[in-house]
Amino acid sequence: MNAKHLRPFLTLLLLLIAVISEAQDATLRGLLKGEDGFPLVGATVVIEGSSPLLGASSDLDGNYEIKGIKPGTYNVKFTYIGFLPIQEEMSFGAGETKTSSPTMKLNGVLLSEAVVIGYGTTNSKDLTGSTKVIDQEDFGKGNITTPEQLISGKVSGVQITSNDGAPGSGSKIRIRGGTSLNASNDPLIVIDGVPLDNNSISGAANPLNLINPNDIENMVVLKDASAAAIYGSRGANGVILITTKKGADGKTPFQVDLQQKVSLSTITRKVDVMDTTQYRAALREYGTPDQMAITGKANTDWQDEIYRNALIIETNLGLTGGIKVLPYRLSFNYKDENGVLDRDNMKRYAGGLNLTPKLLNDHIAIDISTKYSITKSVFADKGAIGSAISFDPTQPVYSNDPELNGGKYDFPSDYDRFGGYYEWVRPNGNPDPLAVRNPVGLLYQRDDFGNAERFIGNAKVDYKLHFMPDLHLIVNVGYDYSHGFGTVTVSDSAAGSYIQGGRQERYDQIKTNQLLESYFNYKKEIESIKSSIDLTGGYSYQFWHRETEAFPVLNIAEDTITPPGIPGWNENALISYYGRMIYTFNGRYLLTATLRQDGSSRFAPENRWGLFPSLAGAWRISDEAFLKDSKTLSYLKLRGGWGITGQQDFDNDYPYIANYQTSTPTAQYLLGGQYYNIFRPDGFDYNIKWEETMSYNIGIDYGFFRDRISGSLDFYLKNTYDLLAIIDVPAGVNFKNEILTNVGSMTNRGFEFEFNAIAIQKKDLQLDLGANVTMNQNEVTKLTAVADSNNVGILTGGISGAGIGNNVQIHTVGYPTNSFYVFEQLYDEDGTLLENEFADLNGDSVINQDDRYHYKQSAPQMYLGFYGNLRYKQWSLGFNLRSELGRYIYNNVRSSRAYYNAIPSQNFLVNLHEDFLEDQVIQTSTNQTLSDHYVERADFLRMDYLNVGYDFGKVWGERMHLRIGAAVNNVFLVSTYSGLDPEISGGIDNNFYPRPRIYSFNLNLTF
Amino acid sequence: MNNRIIQTVFPLVFVLLAMSACHKDLNLRPKYGFNSAAVYDTADNYIHVVAKLYAGFVLSGNEGPAGNPDIADIDEGFSPYLRVYWNLQELPTDAAKCRWNDVGIPELNTMRWSSSNSFVKAMYSRLFFQITLANEFIRECSEENMERRGFAEVDREKIRGFRAEAQWIRAFVWSHAIDLFGGNVPFVTEADGIGANLPPQTNGKELFAYVEQELLSIEDELPAAGTAEYPRVDQGALWFLLAKMYLNAEAWTGEDRYSDCATYVDKIINSNAYSLDPNYKRLFTLNNVNSTEAIFSVACDGAFTQSFGGTTFLVHAFVGGNMNTNDFGITGGWEGYRATKAYTDLFVADSAVSDRFTWHHEGHIQSIDTFDQFDNGWAQAKYKNVFYENNGDTLTPDNYSLNSQVDLDFHWMRLAEVYLMYAECAARGAGSTGQGLNYINMLRTRANEPVVASYDLDFVLDERGRELSWEGSRRTDLVRFDKFTSSSYVWEWKGDDPNGVGVSDHLNIYPLNADDVIANPNLQQNTGY
Repeated sequence: MNAKHLRPFLTLLLLLIAVISEAQDATLRGLLKGEDGFPLVGATVVIEGSSPLLGASSDLDGNYEIKGIKPGTYNVKFTYIGFLPIQEEMSFGAGETKTSSPTMKLNGVLLSEAVVIGYGTTNSKDLTGSTKVIDQEDFGKGNITTPEQLISGKVSGVQITSNDGAPGSGSKIRIRGGTSLNASNDPLIVIDGVPLDNNSISGAANPLNLINPNDIENMVVLKDASAAAIYGSRGANGVILITTKKGADGKTPFQVDLQQKVSLSTITRKVDVMDTTQYRAALREYGTPDQMAITGKANTDWQDEIYRNALIIETNLGLTGGIKVLPYRLSFNYKDENGVLDRDNMKRYAGGLNLTPKLLNDHIAIDISTKYSITKSVFADKGAIGSAISFDPTQPVYSNDPELNGGKYDFPSDYDRFGGYYEWVRPNGNPDPLAVRNPVGLLYQRDDFGNAERFIGNAKVDYKLHFMPDLHLIVNVGYDYSHGFGTVTVSDSAAGSYIQGGRQERYDQIKTNQLLESYFNYKKEIESIKSSIDLTGGYSYQFWHRETEAFPVLNIAEDTITPPGIPGWNENALISYYGRMIYTFNGRYLLTATLRQDGSSRFAPENRWGLFPSLAGAWRISDEAFLKDSKTLSYLKLRGGWGITGQQDFDNDYPYIANYQTSTPTAQYLLGGQYYNIFRPDGFDYNIKWEETMSYNIGIDYGFFRDRISGSLDFYLKNTYDLLAIIDVPAGVNFKNEILTNVGSMTNRGFEFEFNAIAIQKKDLQLDLGANVTMNQNEVTKLTAVADSNNVGILTGGISGAGIGNNVQIHTVGYPTNSFYVFEQLYDEDGTLLENEFADLNGDSVINQDDRYHYKQSAPQMYLGFYGNLRYKQWSLGFNLRSELGRYIYNNVRSSRAYYNAIPSQNFLVNLHEDFLEDQVIQTSTNQTLSDHYVERADFLRMDYLNVGYDFGKVWGERMHLRIGAAVNNVFLVSTYSGLDPEISGGIDNNFYPRPRIYSFNLNLTF
Repeated sequence: MNNRIIQTVFPLVFVLLAMSACHKDLNLRPKYGFNSAAVYDTADNYIHVVAKLYAGFVLSGNEGPAGNPDIADIDEGFSPYLRVYWNLQELPTDAAKCRWNDVGIPELNTMRWSSSNSFVKAMYSRLFFQITLANEFIRECSEENMERRGFAEVDREKIRGFRAEAQWIRAFVWSHAIDLFGGNVPFVTEADGIGANLPPQTNGKELFAYVEQELLSIEDELPAAGTAEYPRVDQGALWFLLAKMYLNAEAWTGEDRYSDCATYVDKIINSNAYSLDPNYKRLFTLNNVNSTEAIFSVACDGAFTQSFGGTTFLVHAFVGGNMNTNDFGITGGWEGYRATKAYTDLFVADSAVSDRFTWHHEGHIQSIDTFDQFDNGWAQAKYKNVFYENNGDTLTPDNYSLNSQVDLDFHWMRLAEVYLMYAECAARGAGSTGQGLNYINMLRTRANEPVVASYDLDFVLDERGRELSWEGSRRTDLVRFDKFTSSSYVWEWKGDDPNGVGVSDHLNIYPLNADDVIANPNLQQNTGY
């Protein structure tokens, strides 16, 4: 036992000897064979840490020889495709010649590594469900702030769309399409066994950005029901299991991993609005004298005024080691990310400590993971993005130049009235309440400071019974706490709050999520019947609590604008029982069955419990005698699965309870000289219950040429029924006209293909490529309790521009969710748009709502990922390309600004979209805004990152290892879409915060 | 030894944990608010529900001015009863056109609505929000329930009064259902519980009879005319509602009830509980609180009763362009509504002298040529958030600058309309036209307009247009005079035509909410939709 600990010292001693002794080169040679005794041709041997890097390939007889080794101790690595790699620590004396001829073992296993599945692990070759593991090496590169971005484009069936380009911004994650209308479509995210509360945290841009991506070891995506059903009610949208990096066993020496990154981000494109020349010309042609009279003399590109090149700095420190039986990993992360929108900033301080001690001769394995982080954000007013597009380009940023401001501000005191920013004023000196605000003023006259802290911790104790070592009892206790708080202060000179005398708001929110679970695991090989079984069963209790304080809204002088309302207090709980059996017969016939029963506090006692079973089988055909010796096909597994998952994640914790709410102080009513708070009953549905999704999956995993080529192919079908949707209830029988209830159903069906190849594997050159393709088709199949062909559906997808409350999308039976629902634009023979003229589709000679039609969908019909890693000597290069096809987007930027009367007839001016010059639309009209003219094809190809690295190997002594790299994120975008960025989830482009291009440089030091 | 402890303790802990599963942990309840059953156990709570029924006409929800709406599927700011009702009553008529492109509005302007129009749906939802809540309240206020709860007699007496008020409010709302939807709506009473079976469809005739019966049954339970605390209802409001229903009975049910109308008009006038406010303009300023002319009012308050749908809407939405916001006690208008030329022509003759000529026309053209330009069509400068002192000095209330909410109350029923109802009944043969002329001239005199020597039925319609301009009654009046859809009277944009054309008669009533027709198979959509 002690010898283990002596080893580093011995190594050091040898090193010293090596350094002292006169430098004379050593030689290593040997013969490489497989287990079958045949020599391996072209296997690689590398002396790691030698500089320059030494290595060799085995010849036709399996022999190799490496000369010129400087005396010292090295890791010698033997690799060959399809075989397990071997590492040997070897010391070379001066002039010494050593021989090493290890026997390499076949790796049917390239695909077989331990995979975390819910409540346990299994070998990937034993998986029966559709599951994908993404290891650290395959993670996305460059500037990555939130964990989900690590796997963007790397997994078929998983679509990850970042919400926008703001620092730390979250993403929409969709696994095999969305299964719900009004309940959540987000997958369940489980970190080290703790299912996270993934709802937003006040004061943070995104709840996931409180997790340090650098702490993550790997991520596992459970896609189909047979994999996810162990998570029962929360598995309908798939599950992402995150495992963080753990400490090393006592054998590996203490290691420090230091990473420093510096990045610069910059916008790639601006919205095509008119410049001053175009704008003046348009005013001259279409405008009124009133409008001409109020133009200014400046020439301002407002988008240039609000965007900047932004610096991002990130430091990561990881300390890994083991003190006797206590392996540990301690990590720190500091990130200071500026947004391209001026003033936007997020700072993150994160720390993590993982302890993985083993006690009682390894009978007790304890796994303690703790993560704590704070983000401090300055949220820029995103309203500035829309304002910058709309603000009159002939006006100056600042009002203090009489030459430029059109003489509107006569006295020096006027210049400062709105903090020096040029604003539209009424004759009485007040800011015009309908006018667009100065974008720079919006940014600088509002301080929005958000803070969020989050602690996620769990302790898992795994006890291997002394009298029955095949049986493990596991207790896992987890706690997820977050606290978000902040203030928003708007200056009393800001035009938007000038009348009120400024504005001060506060918020404070605490959320906790407690987990308690205990389960057992029993694994047994029963050789007599050629079977092995793996049984898991357990119980879990999870309790969520959310609390928000109520604060008044004040002005700067602390007069009350709005008194405090009702504080928030919400709780919900989930109790579950689950079991799983994995049965393997003859090593190649696999059967997995799971059963979970969930009880949710969100439903009435009668409907509370839901049962979620799954069944899956797999056949490892390649292990059959007739394929075993195939030189081409090295791996083939057929999988089939079925399962039911559920959904209860919506934003009402008490949907079945009849409750009267009291009003806030500003909603009272006068009865005889006294104001009374009003009591209102809420709408409710006593019978609300689980939404359920029944899924089928059939697929194969394949490997060719000793798994140099590998991948999978899957077909799936997901039928959601008892769909939770907000629909109209019969008038007169409930307190609200619309309630959330179980109605309808929908279907997602699709196809996934994954392909990985080690295209080149040589001593100095290796190229890995991966590609994936997903097709998903979604269709609503039922939406009302009573089928009715007159039902157009549920309108959704709010737009801005022409009035409030207009929706451009719809959920309709027979169509995909969020289909566009628009008027069919008419054009003349030359293809010129005919303003406000649309096809009378129902032929009643009235153009109204009934003439709208379903046109295209916003979700992609197909998405693809393609990535690669190239290593040449010490150089490495990686990239990721992502594409989405068959998707459309409603260009709201254009529809709300490309018509002349967007400029009011008097009082103030607004800029127009350049497309006005082409379309020549004059009047504002709802129908015109809802025209299919603005629904554009939004297919795209994007290179997410391109990175280059150089590995210096050992520098400054023997232990220090240096790597440097450079990366570009969002390298290029190819699309026919006319707006800034076609990749906007939801399908409506309106004042999108641009995704920047980010150039990074990073330096990694390990010692 | 250690091992032994672990060996016994750990499995024990494990088993205990698994057994500790307490299913009661799933019985979680909201912390704030009241259980629906418990709320009525305390007599003091009842007035808060009555307050909600009254507030249901101006507030959008339980958070002022917005944040916790009563009804869904429409912007919360649009959704208050008064605002939706006002739009359905004025926008399709000659009186008002709105330049906004908010969902549903353009179709109302030009009479192109379909059964999925947002405002139609919101109105329908508002009606049934009030009716369902009133039903529950009336049910809980039954004698048996009071007995069961063991309330003292003094509390019971108070609750009986609340119950009668709730019945009046419910009848008022049902009367709108007859007016706007032809009465072909689902029918529910206090006998139908929440989550009950699909309600059956009623019709105008049946509903009219039911509402009439309801009102007659509570006459004695309401305070005498003019005696209720402001702004609660009393017999005056009950008589007014009956009178207005009888006035429209012919249009709504085919049965002529003008003489009944005259009877109830007389009751109001003869009660001597009301008198005309001497100054017409003052009726629409902050001095209108508890006006002697008011029969039923809804109270708004910038601090306590905030919404975007009461008078905050009526004052802001009509102001824009070059109008001086200071005159209205606001800092900025919403630039929405103007009148058609056909309508403002009604006012032109006496424009120089009349207090009822409240139109802002400087810089405006009289007709609406381009819909989205505010200076097309005259703007209404009638509702003001100022105290009207000494004939013109104005004063804005203090709190306005903080929250831009208006303090003005809205008189939904006022004596002037009672006079006009009488004049109309008389012209239709149920009353003395001499007395009718007298009433008309009282109103004209008050507005500094010259008196007239005689009048006919059409003159009453024009006079209503002048006196009750933009007070939410125009559509009902045009329908009663058969001028809403017919080509006998047209205005610009009627029937989506720049010059105005007659339209199909089915537009005299609105369609039922399309979503309810789907949700409730008992319902047959109104003819023509």
